[in-house]
Amino acid sequence: MSDSTAIANGAPEAQHHEHPSYQRHHFESVEQQADATNFAMWLFLLTEIMFFGGLFTAYLIYRNWYYPAFVAASHQLNIFWGTANTGVLISSSFTMAMGVWCAETRRKSGLVLCLVLTFVLGLIFLGIKTIEYSEKIEKHHVPGFHYSVKNFTDPASDPETYKEYKDKPMPLDMARHTELYFFLYFAMTGMHALHMIIGIAILGFMIFRARAGAYTGGHVTFVENFGLYWHFVDIIWIFLFPLLYLISRHQ
Amino acid sequence: MNEITHQPAAEHGEHEHHVTPPIVYMVIFGCLLVFTALTVGASYIEMGVFNPIVALAIGVIKATLVVLFFMGVKYSTKLTKLTLGAGLFTFLALIGMTLADYISRAWGRW
Amino acid sequence: MSTNTIVSLPDQSTARIPKVNFLTKENGLLSWLLTGDHKRIAILYLISITFFFFIGGALAGLIRLELLTPQSDLMATDTYNKVFTMHGVIMIFLFLVPSVPATLGNFLIPIMLGAKDLALPKINLLSWYLYVVGGILVLYTMISGGVDTGWTFTTPLSTHYVNTNVMSTGLAVFIAGFSSIFTGLNFIVTIHKMRAPGMTWFRMPLFVWSHYAASILMVLGTPVLAIAIVLVALERTMGIGVFDPTKGGDPLLFQHLFWFYSHPAVYIMILPGMGVISEVISTFSRKRVFGYTAVAFSSVAIAVFGFFVWAHHMFIMGISNYAMLVFSLLTMLVAVPSAIKIFNWTFTLYKGSITFETPMLYAFGFMGLFTIGGLTGVFLGTSGTDIHLTETYFIVAHFHFVMVGGMLMAFLSGIHFWWPKMTGRMYPEKISQLAAVVTFIGFNFTFFPQFILGTLGMPRRYAAYPPEFQVLNVFSTAGATILGVGYLLPVLYLTWSLKYGEIAGNNPWQATGFEWQIQSPPLTENFTVTPIMDHEAYDYEWLENQKAKEVASVG
Repeated sequence: MSDSTAIANGAPEAQHHEHPSYQRHHFESVEQQADATNFAMWLFLLTEIMFFGGLFTAYLIYRNWYYPAFVAASHQLNIFWGTANTGVLISSSFTMAMGVWCAETRRKSGLVLCLVLTFVLGLIFLGIKTIEYSEKIEKHHVPGFHYSVKNFTDPASDPETYKEYKDKPMPLDMARHTELYFFLYFAMTGMHALHMIIGIAILGFMIFRARAGAYTGGHVTFVENFGLYWHFVDIIWIFLFPLLYLISRHQ
Repeated sequence: MNEITHQPAAEHGEHEHHVTPPIVYMVIFGCLLVFTALTVGASYIEMGVFNPIVALAIGVIKATLVVLFFMGVKYSTKLTKLTLGAGLFTFLALIGMTLADYISRAWGRW
Repeated sequence: MSTNTIVSLPDQSTARIPKVNFLTKENGLLSWLLTGDHKRIAILYLISITFFFFIGGALAGLIRLELLTPQSDLMATDTYNKVFTMHGVIMIFLFLVPSVPATLGNFLIPIMLGAKDLALPKINLLSWYLYVVGGILVLYTMISGGVDTGWTFTTPLSTHYVNTNVMSTGLAVFIAGFSSIFTGLNFIVTIHKMRAPGMTWFRMPLFVWSHYAASILMVLGTPVLAIAIVLVALERTMGIGVFDPTKGGDPLLFQHLFWFYSHPAVYIMILPGMGVISEVISTFSRKRVFGYTAVAFSSVAIAVFGFFVWAHHMFIMGISNYAMLVFSLLTMLVAVPSAIKIFNWTFTLYKGSITFETPMLYAFGFMGLFTIGGLTGVFLGTSGTDIHLTETYFIVAHFHFVMVGGMLMAFLSGIHFWWPKMTGRMYPEKISQLAAVVTFIGFNFTFFPQFILGTLGMPRRYAAYPPEFQVLNVFSTAGATILGVGYLLPVLYLTWSLKYGEIAGNNPWQATGFEWQIQSPPLTENFTVTPIMDHEAYDYEWLENQKAKEVASVG
């Protein structure tokens, strides 16, 4: 027979909670649930900070060691596309924040619009990245077997960049270090793009659910927590942009 | 009685859920775009050792704006701020102490 | 010969396992594989880690067999490299890191806090599946030829010079790392947000404090290991040059990133075990833990300081002399909180009413062996002596003392201590005490000679060694055989106890803590009413009052 000795001082509990359908049973209240999941998302973002931290460490070391190579290599990045992408991402952060506001103020169509805009801006960002990456692949700047240092030992071989920056020819050993720059470029922007892709996929799911009114009935935590993730991805780019594109455009 | 079911940990349950008005978002958005233009411009100016410092400083300002307003940390609980601080601290420890090794290698033997 | 014991069981002729409990609530494989119940997930973990422990143990047996003779005659040297690598990978990532947190932590933390479950049950289940996938990948690695870089994957060996299964092992560790991150994340959220009314931070059991500290390390440290593995994978597949000196990369960068996690990892492994010891020592001395606040804060201090000492694994690898100095000094600092704990446990014992049930035997073993292991850590943290002792058997002995003599003993202590709560049945006391003693004796025979071997200069990770080291190696292998028996016995008698063990009742140890006030095994929702914490932790007087108020149920 059941031997559940109830704690003598246990609080008398209502036999059946009145609670919204989206409240999980191990939580005492919706506030506790929202609080806990919000905190959980922040902790997850901490893991992301530390994950990217390793790459930033590598970047700082190699930039210090091989500064001329990094400068010359960064000239190979198109500042127009980079700045455009930064603008796109900041705008998507804005639309995402507005989306959270719409969810909080129960504006369903506003929320859907904001989510769709964020989604589209995210796709534009990825599209621009594709353009940039394919240019890098063409010019043999992808680290690995087909990497070529020709554009650095003989800058005139790349007329467009040479016209803008008039880089001097680099000795071979320093030119080889440009491969490290590009490894960092691809690893950091690639990891960032991977996070964008995941975010965009979740956005797609959210748009679908938002249209059904899932987030404008008082249960905003999913949108809020996703917003945190999206802003974090934006912040990573806020640092990647100057570190990779703007090392020195005056030299 | 029933008031005992109030969670001690949930003073956050009483926490007013702050809704940031859109105008704030718009202002911050504008600031971010301005700072972006600034940082691009600064990279074309020769400032010697200050180039990376300015670039990082502007990046930190932009990130701070996003964190405080878009992510709502300005109006969040102490726990959230503490959590963020802990993450930043550990991040800086990783970078700082690793770099300290690399920088001090060049100092040669004692 | 004293029959002095605090065990208090219900009348065996009338006692029954409660019909409704978390084990009987639902039936069928899917109810286990899709469960959100933290207790079921804990049991799933227990089965999985035991499985991998024995594989890792078999590999250890192979190592010791090879080392019986100075020549590399049992297996080729390359094979030996694979054996010790797999032993390390399995024991660290698939056993020690999840051992106490994923089994006992998962089971007990919600109950100790007065909650119905962890904050994120689905993430908890996901964490187990990630562990299983990581484990399967490791098994695949073993079948397809193993990996021979050592569990530390040092570059450029792992990136440029071996063609063994570095990628699959790296992927396995990457995935298992996420398992660990999610467990830690879950614990932190639960501890902050789901404590019962009255359960303030300083009334929580110290077991919870230890897990909180370990969880911080899991969340902040593991991602750095993840990126280190990603970089090794990219270096191996694409030749990006990050760790390649010919392209300007620095192999030492890998070690910085790797040890930034792997040093806190040792605290991830030991802190939960220390939490177990706090509970066990208090219960079997019938006394509150001396200096609760100090023990609680020392857990957090270990976690914080643990982030600043990683390069003491790299003293001979090429870091700057200044870095050596700083990290050596900081390593001295990190020893202090661990020592505080040992002192506090000792003071808890002083003037306590000590009894020697199996969990307490393991706890005593822990205190002695961890102290020795920890002290030898100080020799290693001192850069001057480390230069001579590192990469010898001294290091091997040091970490086995703290991990096996320390952590594994704490794990066994905890399993025995909470076995009645998890299963409703007692384990057989006499044979378990025998197993504990056998383990202790076997352990000392196995690993103490290795300290001597290390100071004499025998290098680690070598299949062949100079003949003058053979005697000590034979001692060590003999000890390992005894140790193996000591570890096999619990599996046998604990399984036996599932059917034939005495019915435990709610509180066979007369311990404090919420988990001992509910039925054994617990209900799925843990509590029928939300408990209220109105007394301090380890309050044995409160317990006396409770028993006085209890009316023995009839029939």
